[in-house]
Amino acid sequence: MLDVVKDLLVLMISSSLVSNVVLSQFLGLCPFLGVSKKVDTAVGMGGAVIFVITIASGVAAVIYKCVLERFDITYLQTIVFILVIAALVQFVEMFLKKYIPSLYQALGVYLPLITTNCAVLGIALTNVQKNYGIGFSIASGLFTAVGFMIAIVILAGIREKMEYNDIPESFQGMPIVLITAGLMAIAFCGFSGLL
Amino acid sequence: MSDRNSEAKQSSMEVFFNGLVKENPTFVLTLGMCPTLAVTTSAVNGLGMGLTTTAVLVLSNAIISLLRHIIPNRVRIPAFIVIVASFVTMVQLLLEGFIPSLYSALGLYIPLIVVNCIILGRAESFASKNPVIPSIFDGLGMGLGFTAALTAIGAVRELLGAGEFFGIPVINNVLGLFTTVEYVPISIFVLAPGAFFVLAALTALQNRVKRKMQEKGQNVDKIQSGCSSDCASCSDSGCAHRFVDVDGAPGSVADAKADRKKEG
Repeated sequence: MLDVVKDLLVLMISSSLVSNVVLSQFLGLCPFLGVSKKVDTAVGMGGAVIFVITIASGVAAVIYKCVLERFDITYLQTIVFILVIAALVQFVEMFLKKYIPSLYQALGVYLPLITTNCAVLGIALTNVQKNYGIGFSIASGLFTAVGFMIAIVILAGIREKMEYNDIPESFQGMPIVLITAGLMAIAFCGFSGLL
Repeated sequence: MSDRNSEAKQSSMEVFFNGLVKENPTFVLTLGMCPTLAVTTSAVNGLGMGLTTTAVLVLSNAIISLLRHIIPNRVRIPAFIVIVASFVTMVQLLLEGFIPSLYSALGLYIPLIVVNCIILGRAESFASKNPVIPSIFDGLGMGLGFTAALTAIGAVRELLGAGEFFGIPVINNVLGLFTTVEYVPISIFVLAPGAFFVLAALTALQNRVKRKMQEKGQNVDKIQSGCSSDCASCSDSGCAHRFVDVDGAPGSVADAKADRKKEG
Protein backbone atom coordinates (compact mmCIF):
# COMPACT_ATOMS: atom_id res chain seq x y z
CA MET A 1 0.00 0.00 0.00
CA LEU A 2 2.76 2.38 1.01
CA ASP A 3 4.61 1.51 -2.18
CA VAL A 4 1.61 2.46 -4.27
CA VAL A 5 1.32 5.82 -2.49
CA LYS A 6 5.02 6.43 -3.02
CA ASP A 7 4.78 5.55 -6.71
CA LEU A 8 1.81 7.87 -7.09
CA LEU A 9 3.70 10.75 -5.45
CA VAL A 10 6.69 10.22 -7.71
CA LEU A 11 4.36 10.05 -10.72
CA MET A 12 2.67 13.26 -9.62
CA ILE A 13 5.87 15.25 -9.37
CA SER A 14 7.50 13.78 -12.44
CA SER A 15 4.57 14.16 -14.80
CA SER A 16 3.29 17.54 -13.64
CA LEU A 17 6.58 19.34 -12.98
CA VAL A 18 9.77 17.56 -13.99
CA SER A 19 8.77 16.41 -17.46
CA ASN A 20 6.09 19.03 -17.95
CA VAL A 21 3.89 18.14 -20.89
CA VAL A 22 4.29 21.47 -22.68
CA LEU A 23 7.64 22.80 -21.59
CA SER A 24 9.72 19.68 -21.90
CA GLN A 25 7.69 17.34 -24.13
CA PHE A 26 6.19 19.97 -26.46
CA LEU A 27 2.75 18.35 -26.45
CA GLY A 28 -0.30 20.59 -26.56
CA LEU A 29 1.68 23.60 -27.74
CA CYS A 30 -1.12 24.98 -29.87
CA PRO A 31 -3.58 25.76 -27.06
CA PHE A 32 -0.63 26.71 -24.85
CA LEU A 33 0.39 29.47 -27.25
CA GLY A 34 -3.08 30.21 -28.59
CA VAL A 35 -5.39 30.39 -25.58
CA SER A 36 -3.04 32.05 -23.10
CA LYS A 37 -3.81 35.72 -23.58
CA LYS A 38 -5.95 36.02 -20.44
CA VAL A 39 -5.78 34.16 -17.14
CA ASP A 40 -9.55 33.48 -17.18
CA THR A 41 -9.52 31.70 -20.51
CA ALA A 42 -6.30 29.91 -19.59
CA VAL A 43 -7.97 28.52 -16.47
CA GLY A 44 -10.97 27.43 -18.57
CA MET A 45 -8.76 25.73 -21.11
CA GLY A 46 -6.72 24.09 -18.35
CA GLY A 47 -9.90 22.80 -16.71
CA ALA A 48 -11.19 21.37 -19.97
CA VAL A 49 -7.83 19.72 -20.67
CA ILE A 50 -7.73 18.14 -17.20
CA PHE A 51 -11.27 16.86 -17.66
CA VAL A 52 -10.74 15.40 -21.13
CA ILE A 53 -7.25 13.97 -20.63
CA THR A 54 -8.20 12.20 -17.40
CA ILE A 55 -11.24 10.54 -18.98
CA ALA A 56 -9.46 9.85 -22.28
CA SER A 57 -6.44 8.18 -20.69
CA GLY A 58 -8.75 6.01 -18.59
CA VAL A 59 -10.85 4.96 -21.60
CA ALA A 60 -7.78 4.41 -23.78
CA ALA A 61 -6.19 2.22 -21.08
CA VAL A 62 -9.36 0.14 -20.70
CA ILE A 63 -9.62 -0.35 -24.47
CA TYR A 64 -5.93 -1.23 -24.73
CA LYS A 65 -6.05 -3.79 -21.92
CA CYS A 66 -9.44 -5.32 -22.70
CA VAL A 67 -9.63 -5.20 -26.49
CA LEU A 68 -6.31 -4.56 -28.21
CA GLU A 69 -4.19 -6.82 -25.99
CA ARG A 70 -6.75 -9.60 -25.79
CA PHE A 71 -7.10 -9.88 -29.56
CA ASP A 72 -3.41 -9.20 -30.16
CA ILE A 73 -3.97 -6.17 -32.39
CA THR A 74 -1.89 -3.65 -30.46
CA TYR A 75 -0.40 -2.32 -33.70
CA LEU A 76 -3.78 -0.68 -34.34
CA GLN A 77 -3.39 1.51 -31.26
CA THR A 78 -2.84 4.81 -33.11
CA ILE A 79 -5.95 4.42 -35.26
CA VAL A 80 -8.12 3.19 -32.40
CA PHE A 81 -6.97 5.82 -29.91
CA ILE A 82 -7.50 8.80 -32.20
CA LEU A 83 -11.01 7.67 -33.12
CA VAL A 84 -11.90 6.90 -29.51
CA ILE A 85 -10.64 10.30 -28.38
CA ALA A 86 -12.55 12.13 -31.11
CA ALA A 87 -15.75 10.27 -30.29
CA LEU A 88 -15.22 10.68 -26.57
CA VAL A 89 -14.86 14.45 -26.76
CA GLN A 90 -18.09 14.64 -28.76
CA PHE A 91 -19.85 12.44 -26.27
CA VAL A 92 -18.55 14.36 -23.24
CA GLU A 93 -19.72 17.58 -24.83
CA MET A 94 -23.22 16.28 -25.46
CA PHE A 95 -23.42 14.78 -21.98
CA LEU A 96 -22.34 17.98 -20.28
CA LYS A 97 -24.72 20.08 -22.36
CA LYS A 98 -27.66 17.92 -21.36
CA TYR A 99 -26.94 17.06 -17.73
CA ILE A 100 -24.42 19.53 -16.25
CA PRO A 101 -25.12 22.82 -18.08
CA SER A 102 -23.12 24.90 -15.60
CA LEU A 103 -19.94 22.92 -16.31
CA TYR A 104 -20.74 23.03 -20.02
CA GLN A 105 -20.91 26.80 -19.89
CA ALA A 106 -17.50 26.95 -18.25
CA LEU A 107 -15.74 24.43 -20.49
CA GLY A 108 -17.95 24.17 -23.57
CA VAL A 109 -16.06 26.55 -25.81
CA TYR A 110 -12.79 24.74 -25.21
CA LEU A 111 -13.94 21.14 -25.56
CA PRO A 112 -13.96 20.84 -29.36
CA LEU A 113 -10.56 22.51 -29.51
CA ILE A 114 -9.07 19.61 -27.59
CA THR A 115 -10.04 16.84 -30.00
CA THR A 116 -6.94 17.08 -32.10
CA ASN A 117 -4.72 18.27 -29.28
CA CYS A 118 -1.64 16.12 -29.49
CA ALA A 119 -1.35 16.00 -25.70
CA VAL A 120 -4.40 13.73 -25.40
CA LEU A 121 -3.16 11.17 -27.92
CA GLY A 122 0.42 11.59 -26.69
CA ILE A 123 -0.46 10.74 -23.10
CA ALA A 124 -2.58 7.75 -24.10
CA LEU A 125 0.38 6.41 -26.11
CA THR A 126 2.92 7.18 -23.37
CA ASN A 127 0.82 5.26 -20.83
CA VAL A 128 0.87 2.24 -23.12
CA GLN A 129 4.61 2.59 -23.68
CA LYS A 130 5.30 2.72 -19.94
CA ASN A 131 3.00 -0.25 -19.40
CA TYR A 132 0.82 1.43 -16.78
CA GLY A 133 -2.29 -0.31 -15.45
CA ILE A 134 -5.69 1.33 -15.74
CA GLY A 135 -5.50 3.13 -12.38
CA PHE A 136 -2.02 4.46 -13.02
CA SER A 137 -3.00 5.56 -16.52
CA ILE A 138 -5.81 7.69 -15.12
CA ALA A 139 -3.48 9.14 -12.46
CA SER A 140 -0.78 9.88 -15.04
CA GLY A 141 -3.33 11.57 -17.30
CA LEU A 142 -4.65 13.67 -14.43
CA PHE A 143 -1.22 14.80 -13.22
CA THR A 144 0.07 15.54 -16.71
CA ALA A 145 -2.99 17.68 -17.37
CA VAL A 146 -2.45 19.49 -14.08
CA GLY A 147 1.06 20.24 -15.33
CA PHE A 148 -0.47 21.71 -18.49
CA MET A 149 -2.80 23.86 -16.37
CA ILE A 150 0.12 25.15 -14.26
CA ALA A 151 2.13 26.06 -17.35
CA ILE A 152 -0.70 27.76 -19.26
CA VAL A 153 -1.89 29.79 -16.25
CA ILE A 154 1.64 31.03 -15.51
CA LEU A 155 2.15 31.97 -19.17
CA ALA A 156 -1.19 33.79 -19.26
CA GLY A 157 -0.26 35.73 -16.12
CA ILE A 158 3.03 36.82 -17.68
CA ARG A 159 1.34 37.75 -20.96
CA GLU A 160 -1.19 39.95 -19.15
CA LYS A 161 1.69 41.90 -17.62
CA MET A 162 3.53 41.97 -20.92
CA GLU A 163 0.74 43.95 -22.58
CA TYR A 164 2.15 47.10 -20.97
CA ASN A 165 5.74 46.50 -22.00
CA ASP A 166 7.63 48.04 -24.85
CA ILE A 167 8.61 45.08 -27.01
CA PRO A 168 10.89 45.43 -30.07
CA GLU A 169 8.73 45.56 -33.16
CA SER A 170 9.96 42.33 -34.73
CA PHE A 171 9.41 40.42 -31.51
CA GLN A 172 5.81 41.48 -31.01
CA GLY A 173 3.24 38.71 -31.12
CA MET A 174 4.42 35.12 -31.29
CA PRO A 175 8.22 35.57 -30.89
CA ILE A 176 8.04 37.19 -27.45
CA VAL A 177 5.59 34.51 -26.29
CA LEU A 178 8.05 31.85 -27.47
CA ILE A 179 10.88 33.57 -25.59
CA THR A 180 8.72 33.66 -22.46
CA ALA A 181 7.94 29.98 -22.87
CA GLY A 182 11.67 29.29 -23.28
CA LEU A 183 12.47 31.10 -20.03
CA MET A 184 9.71 29.15 -18.29
CA ALA A 185 11.20 25.95 -19.69
CA ILE A 186 14.55 26.88 -18.13
CA ALA A 187 12.81 27.44 -14.81
CA PHE A 188 11.07 24.08 -15.08
CA CYS A 189 14.42 22.42 -15.80
CA GLY A 190 15.19 23.24 -12.19
CA PHE A 191 12.60 20.72 -11.03
CA SER A 192 14.64 17.86 -12.43
CA GLY A 193 16.65 17.86 -9.22
CA LEU A 194 13.51 16.96 -7.26
CA LEU A 195 13.56 13.27 -8.08
CA MET B 1 -14.00 30.58 -52.59
CA SER B 2 -12.30 32.14 -55.54
CA ASP B 3 -8.74 31.36 -54.47
CA ARG B 4 -9.55 27.67 -54.31
CA ASN B 5 -10.83 27.69 -57.86
CA SER B 6 -7.72 29.39 -59.07
CA GLU B 7 -5.70 26.91 -57.05
CA ALA B 8 -7.29 24.12 -59.02
CA LYS B 9 -6.13 25.64 -62.26
CA GLN B 10 -2.50 25.84 -61.22
CA SER B 11 -0.05 23.53 -62.87
CA SER B 12 1.54 20.79 -60.84
CA MET B 13 4.88 22.56 -60.64
CA GLU B 14 3.25 25.75 -59.35
CA VAL B 15 1.44 23.74 -56.69
CA PHE B 16 4.72 22.11 -55.75
CA PHE B 17 6.67 25.37 -55.32
CA ASN B 18 3.70 26.97 -53.62
CA GLY B 19 4.08 24.52 -50.76
CA LEU B 20 7.85 24.68 -50.73
CA VAL B 21 8.26 28.46 -50.57
CA LYS B 22 5.20 30.69 -50.75
CA GLU B 23 3.04 28.76 -48.31
CA ASN B 24 5.81 27.08 -46.34
CA PRO B 25 3.91 25.20 -43.64
CA THR B 26 6.29 26.04 -40.81
CA PHE B 27 7.43 29.60 -41.44
CA VAL B 28 4.42 31.03 -43.29
CA LEU B 29 1.45 29.03 -42.07
CA THR B 30 3.01 28.00 -38.71
CA LEU B 31 1.36 24.60 -38.68
CA GLY B 32 2.48 21.50 -36.86
CA MET B 33 4.51 23.18 -34.15
CA CYS B 34 4.75 20.22 -31.77
CA PRO B 35 7.09 18.06 -33.88
CA THR B 36 8.84 21.21 -35.11
CA LEU B 37 10.07 21.95 -31.62
CA ALA B 38 10.34 18.48 -30.21
CA VAL B 39 12.44 16.53 -32.70
CA THR B 40 14.74 19.23 -34.05
CA THR B 41 17.57 18.52 -31.62
CA SER B 42 19.78 17.73 -34.62
CA ALA B 43 19.62 18.27 -38.36
CA VAL B 44 19.38 14.53 -39.03
CA ASN B 45 16.35 14.14 -36.75
CA GLY B 46 14.68 17.13 -38.39
CA LEU B 47 15.33 15.66 -41.83
CA GLY B 48 14.02 12.25 -40.75
CA MET B 49 10.85 13.67 -39.23
CA GLY B 50 10.29 15.87 -42.28
CA LEU B 51 10.66 13.02 -44.74
CA THR B 52 8.42 10.75 -42.66
CA THR B 53 5.73 13.42 -42.60
CA THR B 54 6.19 13.99 -46.33
CA ALA B 55 5.65 10.29 -47.03
CA VAL B 56 2.44 10.24 -45.00
CA LEU B 57 1.27 13.50 -46.55
CA VAL B 58 1.82 12.38 -50.15
CA LEU B 59 0.16 8.98 -49.61
CA SER B 60 -2.81 10.32 -47.69
CA ASN B 61 -3.31 13.18 -50.16
CA ALA B 62 -3.31 10.69 -53.03
CA ILE B 63 -5.82 8.32 -51.41
CA ILE B 64 -8.10 11.08 -50.13
CA SER B 65 -8.10 12.68 -53.56
CA LEU B 66 -8.96 9.32 -55.15
CA LEU B 67 -11.83 8.82 -52.74
CA ARG B 68 -13.07 12.40 -52.76
CA HIS B 69 -16.31 11.60 -54.60
CA ILE B 70 -16.98 8.50 -52.51
CA ILE B 71 -16.55 9.80 -48.97
CA PRO B 72 -19.81 11.39 -47.79
CA ASN B 73 -19.40 15.01 -46.78
CA ARG B 74 -20.71 14.53 -43.25
CA VAL B 75 -18.19 11.93 -42.16
CA ARG B 76 -15.26 13.23 -44.16
CA ILE B 77 -13.08 14.26 -41.21
CA PRO B 78 -13.30 10.90 -39.40
CA ALA B 79 -12.68 9.20 -42.75
CA PHE B 80 -9.61 11.37 -43.40
CA ILE B 81 -8.32 10.60 -39.91
CA VAL B 82 -8.66 6.85 -40.44
CA ILE B 83 -6.78 7.10 -43.75
CA VAL B 84 -4.01 9.23 -42.23
CA ALA B 85 -3.75 7.03 -39.14
CA SER B 86 -3.43 3.91 -41.30
CA PHE B 87 -0.55 5.41 -43.26
CA VAL B 88 1.12 6.62 -40.07
CA THR B 89 0.92 3.11 -38.62
CA MET B 90 2.40 1.67 -41.80
CA VAL B 91 5.23 4.19 -41.85
CA GLN B 92 5.86 3.60 -38.16
CA LEU B 93 6.18 -0.16 -38.65
CA LEU B 94 8.44 0.33 -41.69
CA LEU B 95 10.73 2.68 -39.74
CA GLU B 96 10.84 0.27 -36.81
CA GLY B 97 11.86 -2.50 -39.17
CA PHE B 98 14.32 -0.74 -41.44
CA ILE B 99 15.66 2.43 -39.74
CA PRO B 100 15.52 1.55 -36.03
CA SER B 101 17.90 4.39 -35.07
CA LEU B 102 15.55 7.02 -36.47
CA TYR B 103 12.58 5.17 -34.97
CA SER B 104 14.03 5.41 -31.47
CA ALA B 105 15.14 9.03 -31.96
CA LEU B 106 11.68 10.19 -33.02
CA GLY B 107 9.83 7.87 -30.64
CA LEU B 108 6.41 9.14 -29.63
CA TYR B 109 6.35 11.81 -32.30
CA ILE B 110 5.86 9.30 -35.13
CA PRO B 111 2.34 8.25 -34.08
CA LEU B 112 1.64 11.91 -33.31
CA ILE B 113 1.96 12.69 -37.03
CA VAL B 114 -1.74 11.77 -37.08
CA VAL B 115 -2.65 14.95 -35.23
CA ASN B 116 -0.26 17.15 -37.20
CA CYS B 117 -2.54 19.80 -38.63
CA ILE B 118 -0.53 20.07 -41.86
CA ILE B 119 -1.85 16.69 -42.95
CA LEU B 120 -5.51 17.14 -42.08
CA GLY B 121 -5.31 20.73 -43.27
CA ARG B 122 -4.06 19.76 -46.72
CA ALA B 123 -6.53 16.88 -46.91
CA GLU B 124 -9.41 19.20 -46.15
CA SER B 125 -8.36 22.22 -48.17
CA PHE B 126 -6.62 20.66 -51.16
CA ALA B 127 -6.84 16.90 -51.64
CA SER B 128 -10.60 16.71 -51.09
CA LYS B 129 -11.19 19.26 -53.86
CA ASN B 130 -8.54 18.46 -56.47
CA PRO B 131 -7.57 15.57 -58.78
CA VAL B 132 -4.94 13.04 -57.81
CA ILE B 133 -1.83 14.36 -59.59
CA PRO B 134 -1.99 17.95 -58.25
CA SER B 135 -2.78 16.54 -54.80
CA ILE B 136 0.37 14.42 -54.87
CA PHE B 137 2.44 17.45 -55.90
CA ASP B 138 0.79 19.54 -53.21
CA GLY B 139 1.69 16.90 -50.63
CA LEU B 140 5.23 16.72 -51.97
CA GLY B 141 5.69 20.50 -51.92
CA MET B 142 4.19 21.00 -48.47
CA GLY B 143 6.09 18.00 -47.10
CA LEU B 144 9.42 19.14 -48.51
CA GLY B 145 8.76 22.69 -47.25
CA PHE B 146 8.16 21.23 -43.80
CA THR B 147 11.32 19.09 -44.16
CA ALA B 148 13.41 22.11 -45.16
CA ALA B 149 12.16 24.10 -42.18
CA LEU B 150 12.74 21.27 -39.70
CA THR B 151 16.23 20.62 -41.08
CA ALA B 152 17.06 24.34 -40.83
CA ILE B 153 15.89 24.59 -37.22
CA GLY B 154 17.66 21.33 -36.39
CA ALA B 155 20.87 22.52 -38.02
CA VAL B 156 20.86 25.80 -36.05
CA ARG B 157 20.23 23.98 -32.78
CA GLU B 158 22.86 21.33 -33.49
CA LEU B 159 25.44 23.91 -34.54
CA LEU B 160 24.98 26.06 -31.45
CA GLY B 161 24.23 23.28 -28.99
CA ALA B 162 26.79 20.69 -30.01
CA GLY B 163 29.06 22.53 -32.46
CA GLU B 164 28.22 19.97 -35.12
CA PHE B 165 26.51 19.92 -38.51
CA PHE B 166 24.96 16.57 -39.47
CA GLY B 167 27.26 14.98 -36.89
CA ILE B 168 30.47 16.57 -38.22
CA PRO B 169 32.19 18.85 -35.67
CA VAL B 170 32.38 21.75 -38.12
CA ILE B 171 33.12 24.57 -35.70
CA ASN B 172 36.04 22.80 -34.08
CA ASN B 173 37.40 21.75 -37.50
CA VAL B 174 37.35 25.36 -38.71
CA LEU B 175 38.71 26.78 -35.45
CA GLY B 176 41.42 24.12 -35.45
CA LEU B 177 42.80 25.54 -38.71
CA PHE B 178 43.62 28.91 -37.15
CA THR B 179 43.78 28.60 -33.39
CA THR B 180 44.01 26.13 -30.56
CA VAL B 181 40.77 27.48 -29.03
CA GLU B 182 38.04 24.88 -28.64
CA TYR B 183 34.37 25.70 -29.10
CA VAL B 184 32.36 25.15 -25.92
CA PRO B 185 28.86 24.04 -26.98
CA ILE B 186 25.92 26.02 -25.58
CA SER B 187 24.13 22.87 -24.59
CA ILE B 188 20.87 24.63 -23.70
CA PHE B 189 20.13 24.80 -27.42
CA VAL B 190 19.69 21.05 -27.67
CA LEU B 191 17.50 21.08 -24.54
CA ALA B 192 13.84 22.11 -24.47
CA PRO B 193 14.32 25.88 -23.86
CA GLY B 194 16.61 26.19 -26.88
CA ALA B 195 13.80 25.04 -29.17
CA PHE B 196 11.65 27.96 -28.06
CA PHE B 197 14.51 30.46 -28.44
CA VAL B 198 15.51 29.34 -31.93
CA LEU B 199 11.92 29.38 -33.16
CA ALA B 200 11.38 32.81 -31.56
CA ALA B 201 14.44 34.18 -33.33
CA LEU B 202 13.42 32.70 -36.68
CA THR B 203 9.85 34.01 -36.37
CA ALA B 204 11.13 37.46 -35.42
CA LEU B 205 13.40 37.41 -38.47
CA GLN B 206 10.43 36.48 -40.62
CA ASN B 207 8.35 39.31 -39.11
CA ARG B 208 11.12 41.73 -39.92
CA VAL B 209 11.41 40.60 -43.53
CA LYS B 210 7.65 40.77 -43.90
CA ARG B 211 7.55 44.32 -42.52
CA LYS B 212 10.30 45.43 -44.87
CA MET B 213 8.36 43.98 -47.77
CA GLN B 214 5.20 45.72 -46.65
CA GLU B 215 7.05 49.03 -46.49
CA LYS B 216 8.00 48.48 -50.10
CA GLY B 217 4.34 47.97 -50.84
CA GLN B 218 4.45 44.31 -51.69
CA ASN B 219 1.48 42.18 -50.92
CA VAL B 220 2.32 39.55 -48.35
CA ASP B 221 -1.17 38.62 -47.23
CA LYS B 222 -1.42 35.16 -45.88
CA ILE B 223 -2.94 32.66 -48.21
CA GLN B 224 -5.88 30.68 -46.96
CA SER B 225 -5.18 27.08 -46.21
CA GLY B 226 -7.24 24.40 -44.56
CA CYS B 227 -6.07 25.32 -41.13
CA SER B 228 -6.19 29.01 -40.57
CA SER B 229 -3.36 31.38 -40.43
CA ASP B 230 -1.44 30.70 -37.25
CA CYS B 231 -0.66 28.21 -34.60
CA ALA B 232 -3.06 29.90 -32.25
CA SER B 233 -5.94 28.64 -34.26
CA CYS B 234 -4.23 25.40 -35.17
CA SER B 235 -5.93 23.73 -32.27
CA ASP B 236 -9.23 25.17 -33.44
CA SER B 237 -8.99 24.39 -37.04
CA GLY B 238 -6.65 21.48 -36.28
CA CYS B 239 -9.96 20.87 -37.65
CA ALA B 240 -11.50 20.17 -34.31
CA HIS B 241 -14.72 22.01 -34.85
CA ARG B 242 -15.30 20.15 -38.04
CA PHE B 243 -16.05 17.04 -36.07
CA VAL B 244 -18.86 19.05 -34.64
CA ASP B 245 -20.49 20.52 -37.68
CA VAL B 246 -23.30 18.17 -38.36
CA ASP B 247 -24.57 19.72 -41.52
CA GLY B 248 -21.18 19.46 -43.15
CA ALA B 249 -20.78 23.13 -43.88
CA PRO B 250 -17.17 24.07 -43.16
CA GLY B 251 -17.83 27.30 -41.28
CA SER B 252 -14.93 29.37 -40.10
CA VAL B 253 -13.50 28.99 -36.64
CA ALA B 254 -14.87 32.33 -35.60
CA ASP B 255 -18.35 31.25 -36.69
CA ALA B 256 -18.13 28.10 -34.63
CA LYS B 257 -17.05 30.06 -31.59
CA ALA B 258 -19.80 32.63 -32.06
CA ASP B 259 -22.38 29.87 -32.37
CA ARG B 260 -21.16 28.36 -29.18
CA LYS B 261 -21.38 31.62 -27.34
CA LYS B 262 -24.95 32.08 -28.54
CA GLU B 263 -25.88 28.64 -27.30
CA GLY B 264 -24.21 29.28 -23.97
